Amino acid sequence: MKKTVIFGALTAAGMAAGAAAAGTLDDVKARGTLNCGVTTGLVGFAAPDANGEWDGFDVAVCRAVAAAVLGDPTAVEFVPTTGKTRFTALASGEIDMLARNTTWTFSRDVDLKFTFVGVNYYDGQGFMVPKDLGVSSAKDLDGATVCIQTGTTTELNLADFFRSNNISYEPVPIETNAEAQQQYLAGACDVYTTDASGLAATRATFEAPGDHVLLPEIISKEPLGPLVRHGDNEWGDVVRWTLNALISAEELGITSTNISEMSGGTDNPEINRILGTEGTLGEMLGLDADWAMKAINASGNYGEIFEKNIGEATPIGLARGLNAQWTDGGLLYSPPFR
Amino acid sequence: MTTMTDPPQESFRLSMLLNDTRYRSYTFQFIALIVLIASAAFLMSNLFSNLAAAGLNISYQFLGTPAGYDINQTLIDYSSQSTNARAALVGILNTLLVAFLACVTATIFGVIAGVLRLSNNWLVSKLMSFYVEIFRNIPVLIWIIIIFTIMIAVLPGPRAFRGDEPAASMVFDAIAFTNRGVYIPAPVWGAGSLLVVATFLLSIVGVIAYRRYATKLLYDTGRLLPMGWPSLAILFVPTLLVYFIMGMPIGLDYPVLKGFNFSGGIKVGGPLIALWFALSIYTGAFIAENVRAGIQAISKGQSEAAGALGLRQGRIMNLVVLPQALRVIIPPLISQYLNITKNSSLAIAVGYADVTATLGGITLNQTGRAIECVLLLMLFYLTISLCISAVMNVYNNSVKLKER
Amino acid sequence: MSDTSAAFVRTEQVPPSPPPTSATGPVKWAKDNLFSTPLYSLLTIAAFYFIYLILANTLPWIANGVWGTSSLAECREALNGVSGGCFSVLTERWNQLLFGFKYPADQYWRPALTFLLFFAAAAPVLFFKLPRQLLLFTALFPFIAFYLIWGGTILTPILALVGFVAGYFVYQRFVAGSFAAGFFGGIATAFVVWIIGGMLIPANANEGALLSTVPSRDLGGFMLNMMLGVTCVSLSVPLGIALALGRQSDMPLIKWICVVFIEFIRGVPLITLLFVASVMLAYFFPPGTTTDLFLRVVIMITMFSAAYIAEVIRGGLAALPRGQYEAADSLGLDYPQAMRLIILPQALKISIPGIVNVAVGLFKDTVLVSVISMFDLLGMIRGPILASTEWNGVYWELLGFASLLFFVVCYGISQYSQWLERQLATDHR
Repeated sequence: MKKTVIFGALTAAGMAAGAAAAGTLDDVKARGTLNCGVTTGLVGFAAPDANGEWDGFDVAVCRAVAAAVLGDPTAVEFVPTTGKTRFTALASGEIDMLARNTTWTFSRDVDLKFTFVGVNYYDGQGFMVPKDLGVSSAKDLDGATVCIQTGTTTELNLADFFRSNNISYEPVPIETNAEAQQQYLAGACDVYTTDASGLAATRATFEAPGDHVLLPEIISKEPLGPLVRHGDNEWGDVVRWTLNALISAEELGITSTNISEMSGGTDNPEINRILGTEGTLGEMLGLDADWAMKAINASGNYGEIFEKNIGEATPIGLARGLNAQWTDGGLLYSPPFR
Repeated sequence: MTTMTDPPQESFRLSMLLNDTRYRSYTFQFIALIVLIASAAFLMSNLFSNLAAAGLNISYQFLGTPAGYDINQTLIDYSSQSTNARAALVGILNTLLVAFLACVTATIFGVIAGVLRLSNNWLVSKLMSFYVEIFRNIPVLIWIIIIFTIMIAVLPGPRAFRGDEPAASMVFDAIAFTNRGVYIPAPVWGAGSLLVVATFLLSIVGVIAYRRYATKLLYDTGRLLPMGWPSLAILFVPTLLVYFIMGMPIGLDYPVLKGFNFSGGIKVGGPLIALWFALSIYTGAFIAENVRAGIQAISKGQSEAAGALGLRQGRIMNLVVLPQALRVIIPPLISQYLNITKNSSLAIAVGYADVTATLGGITLNQTGRAIECVLLLMLFYLTISLCISAVMNVYNNSVKLKER
Repeated sequence: MSDTSAAFVRTEQVPPSPPPTSATGPVKWAKDNLFSTPLYSLLTIAAFYFIYLILANTLPWIANGVWGTSSLAECREALNGVSGGCFSVLTERWNQLLFGFKYPADQYWRPALTFLLFFAAAAPVLFFKLPRQLLLFTALFPFIAFYLIWGGTILTPILALVGFVAGYFVYQRFVAGSFAAGFFGGIATAFVVWIIGGMLIPANANEGALLSTVPSRDLGGFMLNMMLGVTCVSLSVPLGIALALGRQSDMPLIKWICVVFIEFIRGVPLITLLFVASVMLAYFFPPGTTTDLFLRVVIMITMFSAAYIAEVIRGGLAALPRGQYEAADSLGLDYPQAMRLIILPQALKISIPGIVNVAVGLFKDTVLVSVISMFDLLGMIRGPILASTEWNGVYWELLGFASLLFFVVCYGISQYSQWLERQLATDHR
C-alpha cells in the first residue's frame, strides 16, 4: 500500500495521457467507459441503492449516453460530486459529462465555459413546511429560519425572494441533504428549501410524509440538465441528441417494450430515422446507426425513466407538470430528427 | 589572512564541483534551484494550458460583485447585495470569533481536567482520564457532528415554547435554550449608562490596586489581608450604587417568542454553540494532557519544599508549581490554539458561516472560481497561523531570558 | 503469698487487634480516595451522579437494541415505543460501512486478507524483538496489498517491485563510492525499469486478470480510512526525514525551500489542502491526463503529514547531543555516512513516539475526505446510508459505531506508543 499506489496510478495516468489526444467522444470509446458526474446522493435522481448500484433519473441519462456511445448501459463510472467539486471535475476532464441537478444559468454557460446540452428536468425552488405550522404561502414566512440545501442556485434565489418581498429570514445552509433533513425534522428550522423535486424526494423518505406540505410558491426557474465542456462540439452533440432521442421517443410512442418491433421499420419516417433504419444520423454523430435504439433500450424513453424513478407511482410522487411533452401542455420539445 | 602564506593554489577542476566540500554545496543548491524552477515551470505551464484548454482564466473580479446570498450570523453589516469580498470578511470574523471563544473555554476545560486528573480523588481522576482518552481518540469532525446532533435533538424547538402549557419554558423568563441557539437578554443602554460603565471600569482598576496593596502589605509586614470578598465588593458595590442612583439606566431587552422565532435579545446561534463546544471540549482533552505533563515536569521536591515552608495545598499550586509549570505548558498550548483555528474550518459540517463556508463554500459554489477561492482561503489561514507562531516565538524568547 | 505476690505477668505478646473498620479495606480506601476532604466528597458525589446519568440513559438504549430488522420503520415497530437502538443498520449495512458501497461484494475477501496481512507486515516494524527476517515480508507487503486491493494484472506490482529491486542493487553497488551516486543512480535505474516495463505491459493486460480490477473510486468505508492512513503515514516518513534534514542543512537555498514548505503546510488546515486536491490539483497535471481523486488525496495528505513528521524529526535531531555530530566528523565520516550510520538511527529512535502521535492524528483526520465527496466511513454514514429511504434518521447508532472504531484503533496505537516510550526509555540510559 505504499509506493505502488503512486506508481500504479502513474502508469494509469500515462495510459490516459496517451489516449487523450482527440476529442471526448474518442476518449470515451477508447476507454470503454463513460465517466459521468452525479450528485453524492439524492433519492430518485442519483443515489446508490443497497447493492451499491447507482439508480435514478440523472443516472438514466448517463446510462443512455453510455449505451449510445458504447452500446453498454452499464459501462458508466459514476463519479459523485459535491456542489464544490462538480465544475472542476468537468473542466479538468475527470468526468466526461455532468448529470447532476445543475441549473442552466448564464454565468455557468458563458463565464465558466460549459455547454448545457438541454434540459432533462424543469424544476423550481420550493418550500416545505410542517403542516401544523399553519403556513399556506411563502409570503407568510417572515422571520422564519430556513434550512437550505446548498447546491443549485438555491441561496441566491432565496435571498432574492425574501428581499423582493421585503421580509426577513434566517438562512441555515447545509451541505448534505441528510443533515438538512435532520435539522428540519428536529425543528431547528421552520422551512426547508431546495428544488421542488428534491423536496418531494426528501419528503418521500420521511416517516410521516403527510405531515409536511410543499408551499405553492415556486420562486425560481431551475432548468436542470446535463452539461459538457465548452469547445468539444462533437461530444456535446452526442449528449444533446441522446437526450433529445429519449424525449422524442416518448413523443413518438417508442417505448422499451415496442422498440424491437419498431426497429424492423415503421410507417413513420422520423421513427425510422431515430432508430437508424432510415438515413445516416448515427454516422453523422460518429456513432452506430442504432445508437438511439440502444439509448432508449437502456432504461426506456423519457416518460418511462420519469415514471420509474420519480413519477407518481414512486414514493417521490412527482407529477409531470412542466416536464410533460409539449403535446400535453408541458415544456419538453425535442427538435426534429431530420 | 591574506598576508599569511596561502596553500599552493590548486587550479579549479570540474570534478571539484562534486568532490570538494567548498564547492559541492553550491552545486547542490544550483541543482535544487534548477529542479525547483523546472517543477514550478512544469506545474504552471500545465495550469495555464489546462485553463486555456477549458477557456478559463484566473480572475479575482468576482470579489467585487454582489454575493447574492444571505448569512445568518454577521458581526458587520451585510446583506445579500454586499460583495463577495465582504461575505469573505464576514466569514473571517466569524472564524476568529469561534476560534477565540473556543480557545478561552478549551483552556478552562483543559486546565480543570488536567489538574483534576492528578488529584487524589480516585473517581475524579479516572473520570478525567476517561474524558481525555475518549476525546483524543475520536476525530474532531465526528465530535462536531455528534454534539450538533445532540443539541438539535435534545433542546426544544421554538415551537415547544408556544401555547398555554408549553413543553418548554425559558430559564428565569430571560434565557431560552432552543435547538436553533440560545437567546439571552440584550442590554439596552439608556441615558446615564455611560457613568455606570465608567464606574465599573474604575472598580476594576480599584480591585487591581487593592490586590497590589495587599501583596505589598504581605511582603512588607507579613499581614495577610483577605482577598476574595473585598475584591468582589470593590467590583460590584459602587457599580450597583451608581446604577440605582442613576435610576437603572441599563435595561434588558428580553427575547420574546414572536412569529417563528424568538426576537429581541441576543441570539447565539446553534451552529456556533455546537462548534464552539465541540472544539473546546476536544481541544480541552489535549490541553489537559499538556497541563498534566507540565505539572508533572515540576519535580516533587518543589512542592515538598513549599509544603515544608508551611504553604497550604492551594497556595503551593498557585505560587510554586503553576508558575514553573506554565513555562512547559504554554508553548504546546499556543499550538493547540493554532489547531483550534484550523479545526474551526470544519464549521461547514454544521452550517456555521465561517470563512470556509462563505468564501470556500457558497461563493466558490456560486461563482465556480475554485482556484481563486481556495488560494485566498489558504492565504487567510496561513496569515493567522504565522501571527500565532510569531506570538509563540516572542513568548518563547521571553521565557528563555529568565532561564538560569 | 509468694504465689499471689506477683501481679499478672504477660508471657506472650498480645496479638495485634485488627484496625478499626473505618481504617481498613474498602472503607479506608474510599475515605482516602473518594472522601478525603469535603470538596472531594462533593466532587465524588457529582461524579457518581454524572456516571449514573450517562449509564441510565445509554444502558437501556443498548440493552433494548434491535438487531434484525431491515429498515428504520420496522425497527421502530419492533421497539414499540421503548427507548432502544436500531443496531440493525449496522448489521444490514456492515459491508458498506467497512468497504464502501461500490467494492464488488464477491471480492470482499481481498481487502479483508490485506488487512490481516497488514498486521503481519507491521509486526516487525512495531516490535523490535521479532526476527529481522520478517522485514522482508514488510517490504513485499505494499506490492501484495496493491495487487489484492486494486487487482488487475499482476504485472504492475511485479514491475514496481522489479524497479525497486533494481534500484536497490544499483544503490548497493555505488553507495560505497559516493552516497549521491548510489542514491540518484538507484532512483534513475528504478525509473528506467518502470518506463521500459510500462511499455512492455500490454494495454489490455487488465482484461481477464486473475483478480478483477477495482478502480480506486470504488474504495470506501473504513477500508478507505485505513488505506489513506497507512499509505500516507508510510510515504510521509521518508519525505519527513528529507525535509527535516533539509531544514537543518547549511545550504541556505535548500533550507529555505524546506522551511517554506513545512511552514506553509502546517499553517493551513487539512481541509483546504483537500479542497486543493479536489478542485485545484487536477489543473496542475499535464493536459489531457486525469488522475483519480484517491491519488490526489494521497498526495495532499502525504505532504500534510510529511510537514508534521519533519518537525518531529527535527526535534529528535536537535535533542541529540552535539558530541554525536562531532564524533561522526572526527571519525572522518562524510555527511551521508554520518547521517545514515550515527545521527538518524538515534534521532529516529527519539522521534518514534512523536511520529506515532502524528500518525494517530492523521488517521483521525482521514475522515475529512468525506467533505470532498469520498465515501469513507463517515462519508458513507452522512451520504448513502442516512440518505436512504430505509435508514433515514439513524444517527446515534452509526455515529457511535464510527466513534467506537476510531477509538479502538487510535487508543490501541497510543497505548503502543506509550509502551514503546517505556521500552526506549530504559535502554536509552
